[in-house]
Amino acid sequence: MSATGIGAAVRRREDQRFITGKGRYTDDVSRPGQCHAYFLRSPHAHARIKSIDSNAATALPGVLAVLTGAELAADKIGHLICGWMITSKDGSPMKMAPHPALAHGKANYVGDAVAVVIAETSAQAKDAAEKIKVDYEVLPAVADAGNAQADGAPQIHDVAPRNTIYQWHLGDAKAVEAAFKAASHVTKLDLINNRLVPNAIEPRAALAEYDAGSNSLTLWNTTQNPHVARLVISAFVGIAPEHKLRVIAPDVGGGFGSKIFIYPEEVVCLWAARRVGRPVKWVAERSEAFLADAHGRDHVTHAELALGGEGKVLALRVKTIANLGAYMSTFSSSVPTYLYGTLLSGQYEVPAIYCEVDAVYTNTVPVDAYRGAGRPEATFVVERLIEVAARELEIDPAELRKRNFIKKFPHQTPVIMTYDAGDYHASLKKALELADYEGFGRRKRESARNGKLRGVGLSTYIEACGIAPSQAVGSLGCGVGLWESAEVRVNPTGTVEILTGCHQHGQGHETTFAQVVSERLGIPLDNVSVVHGDTEIVQFGMGTYGSRSGAVGISAIVKALDKVEAKAKKVAAHMLEVAEGDIVFADGKFTVAGTDKSAAWGEVALNAYIAHKFAGQELEPGLKEGAFYDPTNFTFPAGCHVCEVEVDPQTGESEIVAWTAVDDFGTVVNPMIVEGQVHGGIAQGVGQALLERAVYDKDGQLVTGSLMDYCMPRAHDLPPLTIDLTKTLSPSNPLGIKGCGEAGAIAAPVAVINAITNAIGSEDLAMPATPQSVWQALKKAEGMQKAA
Amino acid sequence: MSAVAMTVNGKAVTGDVDPRTLLVQFLREHLRLTGTHVGCDTSQCGACVVHVNGKAVKSCTVFAWQLDGADVLTIEGLAEPDGPLHPMQEAFREHHGLQCGYCTPGMIMTAIDMVNRKGHDLDDPTIRHELEGNLCRCTGYHNIVKAIAAGAKAMAKGHVQATS
Repeated sequence: MSATGIGAAVRRREDQRFITGKGRYTDDVSRPGQCHAYFLRSPHAHARIKSIDSNAATALPGVLAVLTGAELAADKIGHLICGWMITSKDGSPMKMAPHPALAHGKANYVGDAVAVVIAETSAQAKDAAEKIKVDYEVLPAVADAGNAQADGAPQIHDVAPRNTIYQWHLGDAKAVEAAFKAASHVTKLDLINNRLVPNAIEPRAALAEYDAGSNSLTLWNTTQNPHVARLVISAFVGIAPEHKLRVIAPDVGGGFGSKIFIYPEEVVCLWAARRVGRPVKWVAERSEAFLADAHGRDHVTHAELALGGEGKVLALRVKTIANLGAYMSTFSSSVPTYLYGTLLSGQYEVPAIYCEVDAVYTNTVPVDAYRGAGRPEATFVVERLIEVAARELEIDPAELRKRNFIKKFPHQTPVIMTYDAGDYHASLKKALELADYEGFGRRKRESARNGKLRGVGLSTYIEACGIAPSQAVGSLGCGVGLWESAEVRVNPTGTVEILTGCHQHGQGHETTFAQVVSERLGIPLDNVSVVHGDTEIVQFGMGTYGSRSGAVGISAIVKALDKVEAKAKKVAAHMLEVAEGDIVFADGKFTVAGTDKSAAWGEVALNAYIAHKFAGQELEPGLKEGAFYDPTNFTFPAGCHVCEVEVDPQTGESEIVAWTAVDDFGTVVNPMIVEGQVHGGIAQGVGQALLERAVYDKDGQLVTGSLMDYCMPRAHDLPPLTIDLTKTLSPSNPLGIKGCGEAGAIAAPVAVINAITNAIGSEDLAMPATPQSVWQALKKAEGMQKAA
Repeated sequence: MSAVAMTVNGKAVTGDVDPRTLLVQFLREHLRLTGTHVGCDTSQCGACVVHVNGKAVKSCTVFAWQLDGADVLTIEGLAEPDGPLHPMQEAFREHHGLQCGYCTPGMIMTAIDMVNRKGHDLDDPTIRHELEGNLCRCTGYHNIVKAIAAGAKAMAKGHVQATS
């Protein structure tokens, strides 16, 4: 391993600009003559828009235009779409309702944009929006997933009777039925996976500029996938042809999924920029982000686990209602189906699984992928069931897991996935040792002496990452391929530019991608730059989400480097006047095998361009290669997290006193960055378990609509974290990388809940486990004990 | 309009601003000092923390005109353009105390203020408590806490100090 190569904890190159205030986020970009957009949003969850009177607003100083859904429709601007077709069990396609960028005729959630004001300043635009008179006919609303399909529930979209988008299923219902009949024990749970607001600290923003000279548009946007944004905005919304639209994703301040999607605001800014002939900027306010950014999770689930003798798992049965909000966001349909049902085997040999999912419309903000996306929900179901089953059967939860672990790979689960590699015993064993699981009883007694209840909870999670093999996702309904592209441009001086279709918004690609190149070419890190986030520079790419940048994005770079090396060897062979087969490339040097004749990397790069040593007819000048890498399988990161809590029975307050995470991510390019990803994921998972919940009232008002009301994890909510790794290589990509971005968020929530329920001796506890709900669960359990 | 005159990062600046202009807007939009960020609208997130007359202030909570004559230090003013970084900046890089970088300027300005008030020997609970007004969604705070503890110690060794 070189000091800057694969496996080295290289300090991040991108940090210089961030720690000196020189980052360049979308709102830091300003264009000459730019004006500002402010969106007027529906205050009602469900209302017919009878009329919009914007005369008073238009008359205010600085106002350039007030635009509504009527103008949008008149200009024939297309609807936003969901790009993954899910088919119901009866064979019918999902019911995708029209989603105009500005509501037309009816507003379907609090926050649905009904008009936009374009003005010289953002303050003027905001003032003017207050003068717009919208005559609403308020309609009954439904916000709760469990009520959306009820008799008499308000009908949100004509295309979806009973607000049902699809009724999907996966697995073998008959085999599961038979296994449950044969079971000696059945564990049953009703679970709610609480609705979350992603809350990347940088609010979403868009800046659109129209150039009349070239009849083209440029969009600076807080997006995780600029090429997909350009494709959707061109091909479906029809704002401009793809070659006349440039999307730039500059520095982006966190995404966590919420910046994958193509939102109304960027569409409206582009459309308005052409209409008013000026660059138009929109920056979300935080309270606006609560109403305008896709939310996450929101599942209501009943799950049952059938077990036989010795605690062997026989079958799993899951029924989930997933709330997708008022419209189908870009990838929303895939989250509670192929990113959820396919992970229900966990780390276990489960002979039979049957999963049914109803996705429903409600009068709430659209719901889509949020860090983990479907996999935290699946892990919560599986790991709650196995933990509760162990307690019911009075088997140690670690022991019950061991008895059911998958031991041989590859392993075909009953729910599509073929796990390629793993060692679940190794991560469990290491985690239990680091957490001193054996010493828990002693610590519990110590806590008891201090009047505290101590609990320990495990989470042996699995995820499918490296999203994704195009053929596989295509067969399941995905509208795009999920390969990745890379281009390696070697300059005549030997410095290298790596163009990638991935996009970084915290992951450190400018460092890790360069580490891979530095090691492979034997050149200093400083001679490598990583270019991303601009559709005019990088030809195409699928962006960053689903823990894919290492497994898929780096694999594309490796493939392009293979081609560069092959070409460079040809150049070196001409320089050294030997056959190409005699050239060996190592440590940045091309050597004639068995001799001391060699050419340095920089000399070969220069010769590729001056082309003096070879005829251009036999070998093209230049040294630049591209590659599209399509994975052969998902990757399957897995591991074991152990959470230990102390609960104060007087107040119900839970304190996480220790956290141990042992993850198997395959090859790790930069362990410092990987640890950071795990830390952040755990924090979001702990947030879900203890603090966060998007609450709607019965009328569809978002009660937790600001950072004053929605509880984000702060530094004192989190313990110091013990992080370690085990390693089995993924055979599905050249470096054996599995991905690490989502693991913490997937593993953590259930570890916390397993620990608290262990402490309080009651399984009846919903997330977030606030002091109030823990106290109530304790009192309820005490009451039941007394009654018994 | 209101006339404002203050010192920002050691330079005298003036402006003629709408009275509702917040300090953060004055810094970002009038002075183009975009290192100070806005992450919320309820003074919860701390992305906009700067120093005013030597003390940490959320620049979204004050109007520019209120600070007539004040001495303001932002993230851009912590180190000379070609000079060494402030030890707290260096500590954030060394300990991987940032990911997306958006909360970072506010974190660093808060951290320096913390050292100014609490000294150079900061333990874990103190740092976590003091970070109550700063949100980070990326790091889980683990490495921010490490970075601040190390930065606090490095500041004691007589490296460049915050000038305000």
